[in-house]
Amino acid sequence: MKGTRRHIRLRGRSASSVALRATLAVLVGITVAGFFLLDTKHLNVARAGARLLKDLGSMMTHPAALHFSIPEALKAILVTLCLGFLTTFLGAVLALVFGLFAARNLSRPGLVAFLKGLVAFIRAVPTVLWVLIFAIGAGLGSVAAIMGMTFHSFGYLLKAYSESFEEIDGEIIEALKASGANWLQIVTRAVIPSSMGPIISWTFMRFEINFTNAVAMGAAAGAGGIGYDLFMASGFYFNTGEVGTITWLILLVAILLEIGATRLKRTQHVQR
Amino acid sequence: MSTPLAVREVLVRRNLTFLAGLAVVGALTVGSSLVTDFSFSAGIASIPKALGWMAVNFIPNARALRALPNIGIKLAETVLVSIMATVLAAGAALVLAILASRTTRPHPAASAVVRLIASVCRNIPVVAWAMIFLLSFGQNVLTGLLSLFIGTVGYLARAYAEAIDETADSAVEALHASGASWLQTVAQAVFPALMPQLTSWMLYMVETNIRDATLVGILTGTGIGFLFDVYYKSMNYSSAALVVIGVVIVVIAIETASNALRKIIL
Repeated sequence: MKGTRRHIRLRGRSASSVALRATLAVLVGITVAGFFLLDTKHLNVARAGARLLKDLGSMMTHPAALHFSIPEALKAILVTLCLGFLTTFLGAVLALVFGLFAARNLSRPGLVAFLKGLVAFIRAVPTVLWVLIFAIGAGLGSVAAIMGMTFHSFGYLLKAYSESFEEIDGEIIEALKASGANWLQIVTRAVIPSSMGPIISWTFMRFEINFTNAVAMGAAAGAGGIGYDLFMASGFYFNTGEVGTITWLILLVAILLEIGATRLKRTQHVQR
Repeated sequence: MSTPLAVREVLVRRNLTFLAGLAVVGALTVGSSLVTDFSFSAGIASIPKALGWMAVNFIPNARALRALPNIGIKLAETVLVSIMATVLAAGAALVLAILASRTTRPHPAASAVVRLIASVCRNIPVVAWAMIFLLSFGQNVLTGLLSLFIGTVGYLARAYAEAIDETADSAVEALHASGASWLQTVAQAVFPALMPQLTSWMLYMVETNIRDATLVGILTGTGIGFLFDVYYKSMNYSSAALVVIGVVIVVIAIETASNALRKIIL
């Protein structure tokens, strides 16, 4: 029978399915075109790939430490973790204060638009560029790295916090206002306590990101810590074994942080 | 009228917990500043300098305008690499996620192996991948593409597996009950139901990858990151600032476009 092979159309070609197809088509099209457009400088991919597999093998099986001792590497990890903590904490404090003024239900529309626009700009600039901009005044080092990372964390957390403030039931705020509570009382007694779950979860997620960022700033912007050791091992000494040791250490810490963040997210029921 | 004793006790205890928390955070902050050699006064002093730098250099001068075509080309290259890395990674992640998800996995062991691979991919920072690939691929655009690809695979495989877990359950069961094969189930139930969500994740990763590509470019000597580094190190600050403006425009444009698309698709 001919008719049995015909598909039953369950959904019409709605705007959403057209947009979906178009988006995918454009992205895939760009990707395919990219293979012809990218200038790979005639790199011998097969040879590089073979070398990569050899490198990965020796990184896993022969971790080495020639230019640093294991206690030194652990100290470097501590520096990186401290960079992550400090920038998350400073960013969180700033974001908590300014986040209140950026929440639609707690602040004036003009101020909300200004703060949200400002942090959209702050977030659009990659962290490394912020760090390098601060380094012009402070010199390359931990001060510039901490300021730049704090700046970006502030932008990220302000958006997250103010959005969770905005989710608070408007009736609660109205009721408090009606009973004569002032703005500060509303914020400290209702808004912040009821957003505590998302705030903690977002902040820890940012800590996880900032650990990664701190590794990156050590490698790319002179922030010290384990990232700097990684940069030296790979870009300066070309020592596969050392890159292996450092990668193992970073991986271990990152997995622990991820487990922590996932636990928090699950207990606080926060969506990304 | 005085507060009952029990209530006062609770309040005192709550204040004590709060103070203890404050003390711990304070100690961690002081300790971290000592370990990282951070001085708050130097940090605050750097703010006006950075703002001043932006105020002076964000208005492009003639030299920066001459650099504009070059900046445009490198920006386009960076966007291209970010999109390529994301699309290729999304394809790989979809396969991994189908193997990993509770509802679609062919075998529990496959799920465990795939989850481990994805975890290693995303928990080794993109920068570390770049430093690893630098040894074999050298200062090449493929080094960055590959590092972004690996990181994105790790991230998307987890996101996709969670998405399949959450939404495909009932559809998969229904198809199973009607005697559909594993492949039919995946192709007819999992795929169509999840496509909008998977695409939304992809758009999000393109955004993230543009920022990461700038960073990786500084290390691998490619794309917009490298161009910024060149201008920055030769103290051609006006051109460096134009690079920053270019990145901001591209990132915000892509963010706006993907937010608009997300609203239509989801």
